[in-house]
Amino acid sequence: MQFNFTKYSIIYYIISGLLIVASIVSLSMFGLKFGIEFAGGSNMQVEFQNQRPSNEAIQKALASFNLGEITVQPTGANGTILQFRGVEEAVHQQILAELNKLSPASEKSFQYIGASVGQELRNKTELAIALALAAITLYIAFAFRKVSKPVSSWKYGIASLLALVHDILIPLGVFSILGKLYNVEITIPIIAALLTILGFSVHDTIVIFDRIRENILRRGMGQFEDTVNWSLTQTLGRSISTVLTVEIVLISLFFFGGQTLRYFALALIIGITSGAYSSIFIASPLLVSWYKWNARKGA
Amino acid sequence: MQQKYYIFIGVLILALLAGIFAYPNYFDKSVDFLNSKLGWTLPHFPEKPYILGLDLQGGVSLVYQADLSAVADKSGAMSGLRDVIERRVNMFGVSEPVVQIQGQDRLAVELPGVTNVEQAIQMIGQTPYLEFDEQRTEAESKPILDKIKELQDAQTKGEDVTKIENWQLALENPYFKPTDLTGKYLTKAAVVFDPTTYKPQIQLQFNSEGDKIFADVTARNISKPLAIYLDGASIIDTNNDGKIDAQDLYAPIVQDKITGGKAVITGDISTQTANTIATRLNSGALPVKIGAPISQETVGPTLGSLSLQKSLAAGLYGLLAVVIFMVVIYRFPGVLASLALVIYVAITLAIFKLIPVTLTLAGIGGFILSIGMAVDANILIFARMKEEIKSGKNLSQAIDEGFKRAWPSIRDSNFNSLIVCAILFFVATSFIKGFAFTLALGIIASLFSAIFITRIFLMVFIGKWAEKVKWIL
Repeated sequence: MQFNFTKYSIIYYIISGLLIVASIVSLSMFGLKFGIEFAGGSNMQVEFQNQRPSNEAIQKALASFNLGEITVQPTGANGTILQFRGVEEAVHQQILAELNKLSPASEKSFQYIGASVGQELRNKTELAIALALAAITLYIAFAFRKVSKPVSSWKYGIASLLALVHDILIPLGVFSILGKLYNVEITIPIIAALLTILGFSVHDTIVIFDRIRENILRRGMGQFEDTVNWSLTQTLGRSISTVLTVEIVLISLFFFGGQTLRYFALALIIGITSGAYSSIFIASPLLVSWYKWNARKGA
Repeated sequence: MQQKYYIFIGVLILALLAGIFAYPNYFDKSVDFLNSKLGWTLPHFPEKPYILGLDLQGGVSLVYQADLSAVADKSGAMSGLRDVIERRVNMFGVSEPVVQIQGQDRLAVELPGVTNVEQAIQMIGQTPYLEFDEQRTEAESKPILDKIKELQDAQTKGEDVTKIENWQLALENPYFKPTDLTGKYLTKAAVVFDPTTYKPQIQLQFNSEGDKIFADVTARNISKPLAIYLDGASIIDTNNDGKIDAQDLYAPIVQDKITGGKAVITGDISTQTANTIATRLNSGALPVKIGAPISQETVGPTLGSLSLQKSLAAGLYGLLAVVIFMVVIYRFPGVLASLALVIYVAITLAIFKLIPVTLTLAGIGGFILSIGMAVDANILIFARMKEEIKSGKNLSQAIDEGFKRAWPSIRDSNFNSLIVCAILFFVATSFIKGFAFTLALGIIASLFSAIFITRIFLMVFIGKWAEKVKWIL
């Protein structure tokens, strides 16, 4: 049995295209809500012993500190997360004392990031993502150097790069919407998740490309499209199993792993799902489309 | 017996040792039980704790930016600063603090378990203070020693010592008193070697103002000790007990009145000690200002342990679910792969302890993720095996082919992940470094478990009998 994956390529491209456009629109409209590790500022988590005072009461109590815009977000039963501009330790202690006056409270965590540190981290993160993308593309082009016919090896690299951009853009789009609706922030764990998506979703692509490579060597270069479909069919079971085992672990992490790892897991779930989709429905069909386009041009 | 059985037994022993090392509780409990029942005296398994990051055990992490604009030898100034801060933090009584230089002019300070952040920040931010103290006369020492004794007596009786008249006197050093000579008059200290004996010496260079003061101080202290203090405590640990306290005293004897602003401290010291003293003298001579931290993270102890419990629980559920999935989909080989996965977890945890790797929440997240990824190689191999069986090969051929043909894609994909890990490790911040490192360790360990261990299991457990019950494959 062989599925004809490439028959409906145009539909897959449209689906992905729509998702990418939606992500880009959302990113340009809402932007990303960066956590204080990127933006600079203070983040304070307190737990009130009794009932949590209202957000307005907290805002009012802290008004005299000149903290800029204060974000007050309830968490757990009696907890609150406060975000405001960067303050010195002395001011931080005064704020804690003021909250204690409002209602007895204990501090769970406090974080302060200077503006220069945040900017530096952003630059480093951008560099890391760019380097990772370049390295993966080069590696694939290198690993598939022996299969230069009928599609040259650098095209494998480009096809997987496009699939990767797809896998990164979609989670980013989702997080920009989540940021708008629920104040979900891009924090360092999310960045780590995005980079892992890069590494993992290329696994799938490599396995499929590898099978295409093997089948070309075995069956000869004719019928490239048929070879791609045959390879996809052969690897489909494995692709599904692999993605499922990872998703199982991530879902467990999402539900039981606690606050900090929740969005880390969510980013990975979205990214890996979209990675599985793009490996099967984007990267390989792209090779075929490219091949056909060249053939038509040559003819 | 065939070679494969030896390897199999070796793998089992390795797995068992790794498992006990990673989680010795059950082993130790059984040993206790046997010891109590049979009167044996078997020892517990060598214990080594996991190193937890601040986000899991609670504490403060601070990053400082040093102002090096007035300093010529920047890296020397930074290591001096690191040394001074480490000294202070140690004296503050923090267990296992970490003080690290980051980049050119950053200093990261991690204080596990510290709750009094304000005091810690204040203490770290102070400018180093170097002083040269002269000996008190007996007439000067006596009142202080008497006052100390009076306070001690009062304390044993449970009286309020602050009620005693002039009680602050007891806080003073009974044997030495400050001179006018401080770090600000010192231009530079360096280690030089005596041209004839080759012994290390410390050379001091004072500025013109310091030259006069130093001449005065040495003139009135000939044949007497001149004690050197940094931040109010002895400049080095002289009795080698690992901490600097009132028992330590570094006080070279003044041989003669010294003019001209140059002095040499001789004595029977190692080059290492001489270097330490010179570094610390310099950090007091050219104090590097660090001011307030540019970033700070404080995690309460309850939040940390809660995060740890939750993430571990999530990891355990995830592991169980993967095992169930593998057994349902891949049947007998799935059972073997699950066994290999459990061994993988034990080996990785043992490596975390052994190196040791500082486990942060992100690191644990990376490790849990790797549990899901670790079976990927197995899935590839098994899927390939199934195909080969379908195409009419016999079992042992199918196993061989499965491994052989799946290998290129396993190699390429894992190598790719390692590249990403390496980039993360060299580019990103310490948080992501921890994640990248655990993930990379996980990938390497998973290759070992998925390819080597599973293969041995398949070779040992799948024989002729399996040909008759092919459905289990």
